[in-house]
Parts: sequence; structure tokens; C-alpha cells
Amino acid sequence: MKFTDMILQTSAKVAVFIILTFAVFLFFAGHHNPGGGFIGGLVTASALVLMYIAFDVETVHKIIPFDYKKMAALGVLIAVSSGLAALLFDAPILSQTFGYVEFPIIGTVELATAVIFDLGVYLTVVGVASMIILSIGEDV
Amino acid sequence: MDGLNFIIWIPFLFALIIPLLFLYISRIHTGWFVLPVPVMLFAYFFRFLQTSPEHAPVSQPLTWLSFLNIELSWHLDGLSLLFTLIITGVGSLVVLYSIYYLDKETEALHNFYIYLLLFMGSMIGVVLSDNLMVLYVFWEMTSVSSLLLIAYWYERRKSRDGAQKSMLITIFGGFCMLMGFLLLHGMTGTFSIREMIAGHEHMMEHPLFVPAMMLILLGAFTKSAQFPFHIWLPDAMEAPTPISAYLHSATMVKAGLYLVARFTPIFGGSTEWLGWVTLIGILTLFWGSFMAVKQIDLKALLAYSTVSQLGLIMCLLGIGSYSLNSGLDQAIASSLSVAALAAMFHLINHSIFKGSLFMIVGIIDHETGTRDIRKLGGLMSLMPISFTLTVIGSLSMAGLPPFSGFLSKEMFFSGVLQASREIGSWYVLLPYAAWLASVFTFIYCFILIFQTFTGEYQPEKLDKQPDQDAPLGMLISPTILATFVVILFFFPNLLSDTILEPVMRAILPQFGSFEVSIHAWHGWNTELWMTIGIVLVGSLLYARLSKWNTIYDTLPARFTINHAYTQGLKGIEHVSHRLMERHMTGLSRDYLIYIFAFMIMLLGGASLFLFKAGFDTGSNAPISLFEWVLAIAMVAVAVVVALASSGLLSIIAVGALGYLMSLFFVIFRAPDLALTQLVVETITTTLFVLCLYYLPKMHKKPGPRRFRLTNLLIALGVGGTLTFIGLSAQGHRLFAPISNYFEDAYELAGAKNMVNAILVDFRALDTMMEIVVLLIAGLGVYTLIKLRPARRNDR
Repeated sequence: MKFTDMILQTSAKVAVFIILTFAVFLFFAGHHNPGGGFIGGLVTASALVLMYIAFDVETVHKIIPFDYKKMAALGVLIAVSSGLAALLFDAPILSQTFGYVEFPIIGTVELATAVIFDLGVYLTVVGVASMIILSIGEDV
Repeated sequence: MDGLNFIIWIPFLFALIIPLLFLYISRIHTGWFVLPVPVMLFAYFFRFLQTSPEHAPVSQPLTWLSFLNIELSWHLDGLSLLFTLIITGVGSLVVLYSIYYLDKETEALHNFYIYLLLFMGSMIGVVLSDNLMVLYVFWEMTSVSSLLLIAYWYERRKSRDGAQKSMLITIFGGFCMLMGFLLLHGMTGTFSIREMIAGHEHMMEHPLFVPAMMLILLGAFTKSAQFPFHIWLPDAMEAPTPISAYLHSATMVKAGLYLVARFTPIFGGSTEWLGWVTLIGILTLFWGSFMAVKQIDLKALLAYSTVSQLGLIMCLLGIGSYSLNSGLDQAIASSLSVAALAAMFHLINHSIFKGSLFMIVGIIDHETGTRDIRKLGGLMSLMPISFTLTVIGSLSMAGLPPFSGFLSKEMFFSGVLQASREIGSWYVLLPYAAWLASVFTFIYCFILIFQTFTGEYQPEKLDKQPDQDAPLGMLISPTILATFVVILFFFPNLLSDTILEPVMRAILPQFGSFEVSIHAWHGWNTELWMTIGIVLVGSLLYARLSKWNTIYDTLPARFTINHAYTQGLKGIEHVSHRLMERHMTGLSRDYLIYIFAFMIMLLGGASLFLFKAGFDTGSNAPISLFEWVLAIAMVAVAVVVALASSGLLSIIAVGALGYLMSLFFVIFRAPDLALTQLVVETITTTLFVLCLYYLPKMHKKPGPRRFRLTNLLIALGVGGTLTFIGLSAQGHRLFAPISNYFEDAYELAGAKNMVNAILVDFRALDTMMEIVVLLIAGLGVYTLIKLRPARRNDR
């Protein structure tokens, strides 16, 4: 399925950039504001979908040469091992903790272990959503 | 981790590195790396022979599931020591033998040795566990590893069928046994065997005593291939011969005997236990030896002979257990207890001579390419060592001097004679049945020797021409075993105070101490005359075998147990196939009907039951104008979905419905939900459009009336149910709300966003499982689409 729509492609180039930036923002905002790994992942996936619609599969694959199966598996691996890591500290599985760290220039920043877990969720969501859409889309 | 706590896991740990060894060091046969494991374990357990095994270091139990009374506790007494020595001793020889039996170039050795070590570890676990639940887990693991080993050559249909048969029968028994264990737990409140033995006095009067006993016996009988469950053992002979020698003659099939011996202190002395164990044992003994005579496959002959010998030991254990009956006087009790001693002595002998016989049959198969006795013959001059070893093993099995089988056979006769004298009732028939069975045993032993090694050599019928005896490596293991057969005849008392006395203390603890002394010569007593009679009658019958073996054709095939099993299996498969065909139509329309019908029944039924009073909208907040507009827009879009003439239009309408929904979330100040809904809707709509390509064209004309009526009913039902639930859930609080807990999200998780704190912290396990499910679903879609067979490409 290869078609060329100049208007769609041009606007997609701009929109994808904005959407991806927003996705990163959502991912980190999740701790205190609406957002988080799940939503961030979905937004990223929708940006990818937009690219696949505007361009064709081969072109996008050249730009983003990810294997989404591996990305999804990596996500689950990160989430599960971050959960198991709690066992090393004699805490129940999947315990999360947080702390406030003083940085030289930016000041006090809250760091939470939940971010690692959330990163796993993010990667899984992006991976699985893209994997499903791509495998159905490529087949057409 | 000390002592037994560590030893138990060695085979399992070693199994983990087998694939690496097989893959990277393919020049050396993997068996050489496996061999040290059983040898080391044998050496470890052998040390306990010098000291009394009761003084073995007792390991601290490791807690496993403490709330269920389940802990990993091990106990080493005489009985378990005997079994561990057989498992590791015969195991070492079998591994050595398998190195020469299995070719390292063509066989999947990693599978073989992983399964073998898995079995070895589980079997050691069975005999060392003090906790019944742990014993059960290991017990089933031996069944599973046996299944895998029988199906080792899984490309053969007979291997798969044999594996399935053994699995179905032994797992059925194992399940019964589990129920028996649970009943025992209910009676005593403990899973520990030692604690049960310590407090067993009051169990006899318990109403569950006999049911628990019968269930546990079912487990033992299926595992030890007792009549009528013996049918799996001959079919299990499809396994490689080292496995037949190891699992299906020396160790796994003896697990049932172990169980009976282990539970003798608890159940022994009751007449039910005596009756069932003895009756099934003698029946199995007779039927096994009778059927062995008719076999033409050497391994099948040995399989039936194993069945019969297991029956013999079972029968002896039954008689011996009665010595614990409180009503007997001391002299009679101790004369009956000799039967239990005979059982254990014969168990040792059987493991030794049957192991060597199986290995010899493996050699014959390996060298000539067949095990069919009609094709074999005249191998004596070609394979003199194998012939000698067969003679030793067979004559020991037949119970002739100067081989160890003679001693235990004589003790067996004394046991049944004692039973007929002291117990009376139908037990007076025991010696006759035992004698008759022994005559058949004698005949099949002669068949094994003479029809294989003497007679005419028929090279044209053999697949391979043996030019000399087997390679030396293959002969080492059977030679060692055969040597023991002779040594044990002349020095049987090597075993008595080292192992047999501790074993007897474990089986019959109520007796206190035991003095064991075994002799070959007891004078011209009844037992000796019975043996002489067997030799005379057996030789006569063997000479005239072709005259009378037509009696095997008198029983029509449709009355055999095997036939019943096959028919039962076929019936079950047929019924389940029919059942599947009825409801798995392959139409997604039908599946949606099931899903929605169940949803209406479950949710609707439950909410009618829970919200009997209906609902009250009085306390709800007033509906604003904006909400009215949104609701009306949604209804309008929903109507479009239903009436749209093209699929694309209805998909876009569904998407619009979702976007409108997210506006509702915004109004009710749930930005997380709104955002999620928005993105999910975008992605699913894209997916739908992609899938539209595969869906059939929409029908312009409506379907038949009945079809539309069903759809209408389901649509109304689902809509009505969900509306009812939505309205009434507001007014009913069935459980205390848990949301208060999450209000402390900032203090507990350092997060101001409560939703996300729930996702990644409070309920992180849910999220973890969800992403795992997501991954599985994604892989499922990928597999279905990418890996399906090429078809419909012409569209």
C-alpha cells in the first residue's frame, strides 16, 4: 500500500514531533499530573501509527529500525525485574520507594523507583500496539 | 543448606547444565558427564550403612507453604536408605550402560539425560520426603519424567500411545493417593509421616480410616502396575532399554511398594489392609507370570515378569503387615513378620537380576536388531558372555540355587505357608496360587534362555548380523549385577545387619529390634519340596509348550483389560469431539452470542439478586445542559452505528462514540481517563479500519427473522443489564470503599497523581500481570498473521 499525499506527509512530520514530545512529557508527568507509562506509550504508538499512515512501512522502518517484538519483551523484562529487585532489599516483591535528592543546579528533585517499572509498562505498550498494527497493516 | 537439604537438589541442578554440555562438548558422550552424579550420590548414601541410618544427620526442615503445614523435611531411615541405594546404584550402572547403548551422533542425548536426572531426583525425593504433600509432588514428577522417557522416540506412534497410557493410569492413581493424603491430614492434622506413625493408635476407629487406606492403595497399585492396572507396564517397554531397566523394573515401579511399606506402621494390622494388599498381590503374581509365557517380544516377556514379581513382593508385604495386629500372640506375629523381610530381600534381588536381564535384552536388540523370539535362536556360540549372564539372571528369577533368587523364593514360600496356617480363611489357598505362578515363572525363564540362545541360528531373519558379543562397555553393568546375584546367594548376611534390620525397624517399628539371619539350607522342608516340584512340572510343561499354549486363545480379545482401556479412551475422545463440534462453530457471531448471553445471565442475575430494591436516582446530582447535549449526541451516533450501510461508516461512528465518552470524563474531572480513552480510541479505530479489509462485505438485505430476533433480544438484554447496573451501583454500597487508602498516595508513594500511584505502586502486581497479558496477546496476533500457512493470497 503505497500512496503519496503531500499535505498529510508534511503535516505528519510536524505533528509526529509534537506528539512524541508530548508523550515523553506525559511519561514523566505521570507521578504528579495526568500521564504515566501507559498513556505515554499509547500516545507514542499513535504517533507511530500516524507515520505509518502518512508514509509507507518500508520508509518508516528505515527511519525507526526497531523490532517491536523485542521492545515489548524488553518492557516486560524491565517491569518484572524491577519488581524482583525489591527482593534483594528484603522487601516484598514490587515494592517501590522514593526519595528527594539535592542536585547542584536544578535543586531538589524527587526520584522514584516507580519510574523504572513505568518504563517497562511504556515499552510494552508501545511495542505491543505497534506490533499488532504493523503485522495487520503489512499483511494487507 | 546442609546435608539432605542440599543433596536432594543435585540431580535437578545438574540437569540444568546438560544442554550446554551436549551443545558445546559434543565430542564426548554426554553420559560421561552425567555418570558422576549417581556415583557420588551412591557414595554419599553408602556411608550411612556403617552407622545406623537412624543416626543420620537430620536436616532442618525448610518452610515452603507454612500456612498449609507443608515443609520440605527429609527423613532417612532404613527403608529410604535401601531405596536411595537402589536408585543411585542401579542408576550409575544404567547411565554407564546407556553411554554405549545410545549413539552420540544420532540420539537426542540432552533430552534423555535431562529426563533421567529429573527422574532420579524426583525418585530420591519420594523416598526421602517426610511430608506427604512433598512426597506427592515428587511422586507425580516421577510419572511425568517416566512419560517423557517412554515417549523418548516420540516419532513412533507406539511410544506415544504407551506414554499416554502410563500417564493416564499412574496420574489417576496419584490423584487418588492425593485424596487419601488429604483424608489422613483431616484425621491427624499433620502431613508428617513420622508424626502420623507416632499417633496412629486412635486412627483405626476413625470412619475415614478405610477410605483413606483404599485411596492410598490405589496410588500404590497403579504405580506398581498391579492387577488390573498392570496394562501400562508392557506398553511402557517402548522406552529405550536403559530406561526399562531403570524405571520400569528397578526403581519407579517399586515406588508403590515403598508406599505400602511406608504406610504399614499406620495401616498394618487391619484386616482390610491385609486382605487387599495380599489379594491384589497374589492375583498380579499369577496373572503376570501366566501372561509372560505367551509373549513373543523379549521385553514384553520381561515386563510381564516384572508385573508378576511386583505382585509377589506386594503379597508378602500384605502378609507381613498383619504381624502388627494387636490380637495376635507374639510367636505368630514374629513368624508372619518374616514375610515382610522376604519382601524386602526379594525387592533387592529383583532389582539386581531384572536390571541385568533387561540390559542383556537390550544388548540382543542392539546387536541383532530384533527382540522377537520367533526370529532369535542359536546365539549361544556368538554371544557367550550374554548367554552366561542371562542364565544367571533367569535362574535367579526362577528361584533356583546357587543364585540369590532361590533364597527369597524360599522365604516367599514360608511366608505364604505361614499365612495359610495362621490366618486361615481364604489364605489357605495362597500356597497353591503361589506354587502355580512359580511354575509359570519357571517356564518363561526357560523360554528366555533357550529360545534366544539355543536352537537354530536364523541369520536371514535378523536385521543385523551379530559377529561377536556386545562391546565391553555394554557388558560391564550387567556383569556387575550378575556378580551380585551369585555373591548374595553365598553371603546373604552381608545385607542382614547393614540394611535389612534397619529396614525392618522402619516397616514394623512396633516390634523393637530384629535379628535377621538368612540361610540357604533349612532341611527337607515343604518349601524345598515346592521348589523341586516346580522344576519337575515346569520342565515337563516347557517341553510340551506347543501342546497346551492354545489356552491363551480361549479368552476373546474383547474381554481383555487392554480392550476395555482402548474402548474407554476412544469413547471419551468421541464424546468430547462431538461436544466441541456442537459449540465451536468457527463463526464469531456464535461466539459473541455465548459471551453476551453469559454476560446477561451472570451480571444481570447477580445484580437482580444483589440490588433487589432497584435504584433510586433521587440523590444524584442534577444533569446540566452540557451533559444533556453530550448524551443526545451519543445516542444519535449509536443509532448511526446500527443503521450505517457500510462498515467503514460504522467504525468511524464507534470511534466518535469513544471521543464523546472522553468528553464526559473531562466534565467529571478525570483527566487520566479522558486522555487514555482518547488515545485508545484513536488506535483501536485505526486497527478496526485495517481489519475491515478482512471482514466480509456487509449484507444489504436483513437476515432471516429468527436471526434478527435473537440479535434484538441480546442487544436489549446487554443494554438493559448495563443500564440497570450503572444506575443501581450508585445507590448500593456492597463493600466498604477502599479508596480512602489511596488518598494517602503522596505520603505513601510520593506521588500526587493518585491514579498513577495505584498503577505503579499500590497495585503494581496487577499492572505487571496486565502487561504480560498484553505481550501474550500481541504475540498471539503476530503469530496468527505472520506465521499462518500461505493461503488466500489470490485475493
